[in-house]
Amino acid sequence: MTLDEVLREARASGDWSALVAWLPYANFLNLRIAAQGERFACTLPFAERLIGNPRLPALHGGAIGGFLECTGVLYLLWHMDTKALPKIINFSFDFLRTGRPEDVQADVHMVKQGQRIAHLRIVAWQSSPDKPIAVGHGNFLLAPEPEPTAPKESRA
Amino acid sequence: MAPTQEQEAQTLRQWQKFTQGAPFSRELGLEVRIAKPDWCVISVPYQERLIGNPATGVLHGGVITALIDSCFGLAVFVALNQLRAMVTLDLRIDHLKPATPGREVLGGAVCYKHTSELAFLRGCAYHDTPDDPIATSVSVFMFTGGRSISFDALAGAQQNAAPPPGHA
Repeated sequence: MTLDEVLREARASGDWSALVAWLPYANFLNLRIAAQGERFACTLPFAERLIGNPRLPALHGGAIGGFLECTGVLYLLWHMDTKALPKIINFSFDFLRTGRPEDVQADVHMVKQGQRIAHLRIVAWQSSPDKPIAVGHGNFLLAPEPEPTAPKESRA
Repeated sequence: MAPTQEQEAQTLRQWQKFTQGAPFSRELGLEVRIAKPDWCVISVPYQERLIGNPATGVLHGGVITALIDSCFGLAVFVALNQLRAMVTLDLRIDHLKPATPGREVLGGAVCYKHTSELAFLRGCAYHDTPDDPIATSVSVFMFTGGRSISFDALAGAQQNAAPPPGHA
């Protein structure tokens, strides 16, 4: 299925699991999307293979970081009437608490939606949203609108 | 005296064994290529399950982030020649261009400053040379206390069942 088809079906049914299945890295992390009305949340279910420090044990910072990046992409596909995949330009992560060996939730806040760039703040938490384990700020390049079909005039 | 090739290979194997102690690094198939105080390199093989854009086959940015974060951790340990418990405090990554589908990606990093509390790092991801990066990144790690283990002691006690302090 194309992304366009996946998004159309997900919007019609409200079941976003097909989008996760479509995006290999989201599927690799086994992400779960809960989208209801205006609310969007993404879950990274705990798995032994996500551990970075077996001694504590604690989740790998790279697993949490990648989860936030992936959540941002999924959120934009859900939120916008887009048919193209947004590109991650950059991301800044602050790791605030140790990621315990449990599920991680991510809430997304659109800080700014521009024509070309969307800036998101994504908060990862476990026991309570008041106790974030990581915060990510990311800029995403939104796909430009298709070029108008009128032929371009040569200025040469 | 400079270490012999055999000593360098042995050191590399020990760092590889240590890196593989982290389940997520094992899952991604990370492999330590260079472990020197001025430059550490870890590779991640191309895998279809790590793709971020099915239309192009390009790896997801999150894979590059995980690779670089792992490389930062290694770079601190190698710079200290010591295993200290620590965590990533912050990390910024700029994705400059897509990784080429089908090719492994290298992550390179150096710990250019460390204090009793913090370690400062910079690094990048690339295919052929750090001069043509896929992503660039900077990060600060924080030591969390607890006992530290010298790398030589770890190397001498490889059969020890207790896992060494890693980084989250």
